[in-house]
Amino acid sequence: MSEKDGKLTKKRKFFKGRIFDSMSGVPLLGWLFGILIAVLLEHFAGDLLVDVLGLPKIPVLFGCVIMLKKPLMIPGAIGYVLLIYILPISIVARLSSEPANRAAAKLLDYPMFVSVLIHIALLYASLYIWSEISAYRVLTLKLTLIAIILTLSLNVINGYMGEFSCSHPGFMALGAYGASVFTVLFFANDKIFGHPLLPPGLGPFMFPVALVVGGIVAALGALVIAIPSFRTRGDYLAIISLAFLFIVKSMIENLEVVGGPRGLSSQPDYAGLPTVFMWTVACIWITNNFVRSTFGKALNAVRDDEMAADAMSVNTRQTKMVAFLFAAFWAGVAGGLFAHVLRYVNPGTFGLQKLAEVLAMVYFGGLNSVYGSIVGAVSLSLLGEALRPLEIFKWIIIPLLLILVMIYRPTGLIAFKEFNVEKLIKPKQRPGKEV
Amino acid sequence: MALLRVEKMSHEFGGLRAVNNYDLEIEKGQIRGLIGPNGAGKTTIFNLITGIYKPTEGDIILEGKKITGLQPYQIAAWGLGRTFQNMQLWRHMTVLEHVKMARYSTISYGLVGAFFGTAKRYRQEAEIEEIAYKLLKMVGVGHLADQNVTNLSYGDQRRVELARALALEPKILFLDEPTAGMNPEELIQMMAIVRKVHKELDLAIFLIEHRLKVVMELCQIIQTLNFGHVIAEGTPEEIQNNPKVIDAYLGKETLA
Repeated sequence: MSEKDGKLTKKRKFFKGRIFDSMSGVPLLGWLFGILIAVLLEHFAGDLLVDVLGLPKIPVLFGCVIMLKKPLMIPGAIGYVLLIYILPISIVARLSSEPANRAAAKLLDYPMFVSVLIHIALLYASLYIWSEISAYRVLTLKLTLIAIILTLSLNVINGYMGEFSCSHPGFMALGAYGASVFTVLFFANDKIFGHPLLPPGLGPFMFPVALVVGGIVAALGALVIAIPSFRTRGDYLAIISLAFLFIVKSMIENLEVVGGPRGLSSQPDYAGLPTVFMWTVACIWITNNFVRSTFGKALNAVRDDEMAADAMSVNTRQTKMVAFLFAAFWAGVAGGLFAHVLRYVNPGTFGLQKLAEVLAMVYFGGLNSVYGSIVGAVSLSLLGEALRPLEIFKWIIIPLLLILVMIYRPTGLIAFKEFNVEKLIKPKQRPGKEV
Repeated sequence: MALLRVEKMSHEFGGLRAVNNYDLEIEKGQIRGLIGPNGAGKTTIFNLITGIYKPTEGDIILEGKKITGLQPYQIAAWGLGRTFQNMQLWRHMTVLEHVKMARYSTISYGLVGAFFGTAKRYRQEAEIEEIAYKLLKMVGVGHLADQNVTNLSYGDQRRVELARALALEPKILFLDEPTAGMNPEELIQMMAIVRKVHKELDLAIFLIEHRLKVVMELCQIIQTLNFGHVIAEGTPEEIQNNPKVIDAYLGKETLA
């Protein structure tokens, strides 16, 4: 290596290192604050900037759609993303890092849930303001949040427990129909189910019950798979669960009571953004609690060596059953939310395509990891929407990406990492700076 | 009364009789050895007593209670801890998690605690963590508690496996070739650890071993197995001089 090259890489390293260093001292609170400022900026100054940059309207998904549709607008879209998101977020995060660190340190004096709630509230405020720009954003956001629930619950089976289940869309269908029948029967005027049995005003309060009913229906379905397939290990579960997926789909198609292949509509509009957001947070919280307990770790033990788990007093069969029903329950809840977000379900939605989507999210994001599931669900959901203008080529790019991930990180982007809330919210020190 | 008694236990794999009319009695605080050439059926006997295989005939009685046919996890919770010949550790878990896992049967916070993180759960998890740290220190790997188990050296992995078995609070500890693959220095350390846990926890130990040095030094009574039959039983001196044992190990002298 010549002297010049050496100097250059040194300079680059120095530059990169400085940016990285100054950013690594920003606590989560600072980042959330930056995001909030950015979305507020978009809310108030977005239209103005759009005029200046010559864009037709506010780019809905970070300019991706505009860039792909009208290549001439690429500079404008990049400028918009830079000026509205990247620069404000990084500048605010950097500038506020000291007060944010102090605030985060102060919050540690209170019980942890106070700090957690503040973080969640900040996140929700940002998402709410961001999604207010268009109905499309709201829908994308809701579907992304539902995808997180679905991915996380499948990760419990395929990642934490190490079995391969293919029936998640089936559980989702059971949950979707279970919850829909509940709400439509009791609270909505429908041509099949007739007048509501209960006053519709009660409906929004009973929506959690509807979702739990959906979840329980899905868990009962899971029991049908679990009893025969957990006697042995191996590929049985994959085959039985795939069969179950087809059985559920064709059963709903042939059930005229719920509309058969035409599907079921007229679900009341209960699944607003706050509801979906809250259920997603609840799912992440409960799942994370579960997988970090000794009962949850028993899943890993069963996966890595079932005989040793057995010899260490772990009731392996019960452990597997609980995890499987747990995952199915959350898939059912996701299905119930899904049905009420779209306010229409048909059995065609819950086929192999859906299965491929969820599996891709799990394996892309990373096995055995709550972070991974969130990252996988968010990135693939958004990517799917962002690449929509490419139409059929979308289905070349996304699988290609998956193949690349599988080559370079066979267990996914963020696999085997513990989601430690305490670590996440605590104040950060800049490296090399003594306090 | 013997702590563990095995009566006329036999096991068949298909047509092959791997264990034939096996009898065993272990007293409290005793260290017993089981030796024999490869394929004699030593590990099969361990697997039978710990419930991984079900014996075709015979009874296994622990403290006067019959445990034949129980599930392995039930037998483990009753007080039979074991290690494995090829160290069956969980490769994605930390050292501490390994030892905590063996306390599974004592956890009572249930699924509600697991899902919602109740106070009882954090209390119990802290309790078993304390026990786990104590055991890890006892076998000398306390400083490695937060490491993933695959990062440890071979000898340390063996110690973790031992600590994991001890976390069951066993009445009898089954060690399946605890010094397999160790260098002489690790071997001496391992023997010291086995002696130490035997003394401190007042355990009965039943061990399979290939290295006669280990068996002869540690054990009070030794059984020799060949083709599923016990061919000799006695103190180390008796075994060493038993012509049947010498035959099994070295082969019969055919030249007069």
